[in-house]
Amino acid sequence: MPQNPQLNKNGELQHLLSIEGLSKDILRHILDTAESFTGVSEREVKKVPLLRGKTVCNIFFENSTRTRTTFEIAAKRLSADVVSLNVNSSSQSKGETILDTVDNLTAMHADMFVVRHSQSGAAHFIARHVAPHIHVINAGDGRHAHPTQGLLDVFTIRRYKPDMHNLRIAIVGDLLHSRVARSEIHALTTLGVPEVRVIAPKTLLPECVDRMGVQVYHDMREGLKGVDVVMMLRLQNERMSGALLSSAQEYFKCYGLTQEKLALAKPDAIVMHPGPMNRGVEIDSAVADGAQSVILPQVTYGIAVRMAVMSILAGNTE
Amino acid sequence: MKIHIKNGRLIDPKNNIDAIQDLFIAAGRVVAIGNSPADFHANQTLDASGQIVCPGLVDLSARLREPGFEYKATLESELRAAAAGGITSLACPPDTDPVLDEPGLVEMLKHRAKLLNLTRVYPLGALTRQLEGKNLTEMCELTEAGCVGFSHVTAPLIDTQVMRRAMQYASTFGFTVWLHPEDSYLARNGVAHDGEVAARLGLTGIPASAETIALATILTLAQETGARVHLCRISSRDGLEMLRKARQQGLPVSCDIAANHLHLTEHDIGFFDPQCHLKPPLRSQRDRDALRQGLADGTINAICSDHTPVDDDAKLAPFAESEPGATGLELLLPLTLKWAQESGTPLVAALARITSEPAALLGIDAGHLGEGACADVCVFDAEEYWKVERQSLLSQGKNTPFLGLELAGKVRATIVAGHLVHQA
Repeated sequence: MPQNPQLNKNGELQHLLSIEGLSKDILRHILDTAESFTGVSEREVKKVPLLRGKTVCNIFFENSTRTRTTFEIAAKRLSADVVSLNVNSSSQSKGETILDTVDNLTAMHADMFVVRHSQSGAAHFIARHVAPHIHVINAGDGRHAHPTQGLLDVFTIRRYKPDMHNLRIAIVGDLLHSRVARSEIHALTTLGVPEVRVIAPKTLLPECVDRMGVQVYHDMREGLKGVDVVMMLRLQNERMSGALLSSAQEYFKCYGLTQEKLALAKPDAIVMHPGPMNRGVEIDSAVADGAQSVILPQVTYGIAVRMAVMSILAGNTE
Repeated sequence: MKIHIKNGRLIDPKNNIDAIQDLFIAAGRVVAIGNSPADFHANQTLDASGQIVCPGLVDLSARLREPGFEYKATLESELRAAAAGGITSLACPPDTDPVLDEPGLVEMLKHRAKLLNLTRVYPLGALTRQLEGKNLTEMCELTEAGCVGFSHVTAPLIDTQVMRRAMQYASTFGFTVWLHPEDSYLARNGVAHDGEVAARLGLTGIPASAETIALATILTLAQETGARVHLCRISSRDGLEMLRKARQQGLPVSCDIAANHLHLTEHDIGFFDPQCHLKPPLRSQRDRDALRQGLADGTINAICSDHTPVDDDAKLAPFAESEPGATGLELLLPLTLKWAQESGTPLVAALARITSEPAALLGIDAGHLGEGACADVCVFDAEEYWKVERQSLLSQGKNTPFLGLELAGKVRATIVAGHLVHQA
């Protein structure tokens, strides 16, 4: 296998494309750096000058308001200049290729690209072809990876459950189509979580998912027994077609998180969701807004984690 | 033109010859092996000391991209590449634009290829008009125009009624039907083997059942209709097993494998390398090992290049959006030799898979070097390594997973019908 394309020749992070292949040390460094940034957002002047004079381009080939906004806020709190583009609504419809778009932004002297695309591997593709001084952050590529989401999830877990080596964690829902789940699994297993369970019907699990170091459950009640963390995944509405599922009602009955099912987990278990939530489809409102939910803190920590990633990348040069 | 190839190690699988023997060619034919005939005065003498002299290679599938895709490759660029690869006969599939479904197009292609005077071209006609899977083509007319079989390439042939009738019609006249076993529904949107790597990279998978289900349909209909079926590009262990059983039951089916699939697995995709975006997909190591075994024991009849030149722009995209395929004409021999060397297969048996066996499948007089045979010859150095690079490939397609690697097997001379068409 070729050399990990996200590392520079010193083994430092040049791009953040996927959690896979990153060492425990690199992940810990990101999480510790994020820890130091959590205070910034609570100050009256919510800014540090680490990226002053740098230009961060958010290039979203696929729409997303939330992720784009959190990246924008993170970059601004680091004092960077930020440009955000929704490419599918502009040039792509005129036939411009991904690389044309990237080359144009490079010509405008951008320093960092935050990229989202509907195709798996798009961020790798861009990273392989950008000028050497540019850093690429994958903000979601197809079903492949969403590394900052994976990082903010483990950051959140570490805050509530600091001893990662003694945790039992369940990831529930549409793993087949989920870039979030793939990043979470890599982050959790790399950081030494001993038991990661995945819970889903067979139609929503990738082949050979067990090779990723997880235990497979199809019965949610069985899978939730004694877990410390329940990580729910978003179920896209279009999954109801194509014979993947029967109905939203049946899905909720079998795999929706309710208070009753949550009671099977440890009493102090936390509930997470990457958002946006489909209330009543994968999660009951009472749980989403309940005492065990840490869904909003996830969003808050997301800013600190993205600030950490951006500042670390900016400090590493080819 | 009289050619004398001297001191070479002559390997002729069909006649089971593997010995240091001279070869004498005159008027496009092999006139003698071993001792010079009386009054033979060579116009040209090739010293093949330390080299191997074998029948010119026969490739069962090479896309030449004409007509319609000249920006990817032209007849001339690809036939030069074929000659450089030691290939003297090749079959080209009908997925051109327009599709090879009319005699005029086939005649034109044959005519243009003939003018170039390089590798011989044997077109496969489309099995259905426009490859739409609905109406049959004029198979008799197409055969008269030069088609050696009828293929549906990778276009979906969903309607089993059409498949059955196409087999019945083809078998009426003794034509061979070439099919790529892949269920269109199970392969929908798929770009990689439905296994570990696709799971990890988040790529849409194509399960092995896409191959086995299609095979079950094809084999059932082949048995029922008595049609001669050739199965193209087997990729899975389970598919191979079905084929082995069908053969044991006496069904006249043959099959080939692409040279890339003999060496690569899903893991070679690495971090989304579009050069490994192939059709059918590269499967697991278990599958690859079974294919190697199937080739060694004769279940798989032939290795083909599955040559598919793709322009750079079409590969310059995220994995799933990149165009599948790899250039292969110049790699067929080295990749076959690599397999022979790694598996301990004798050269005479390995070369049979790219000479006599595919020639027999095409029903053409090629792939052997007995006295009186067509003088289609390949002379190569099996020990010489060369680096696969853009500039070392004559094909207009520079797309191959083997870019940057060194492979053994350098073609020194290629002779078609007694004429030297390549020398290096």
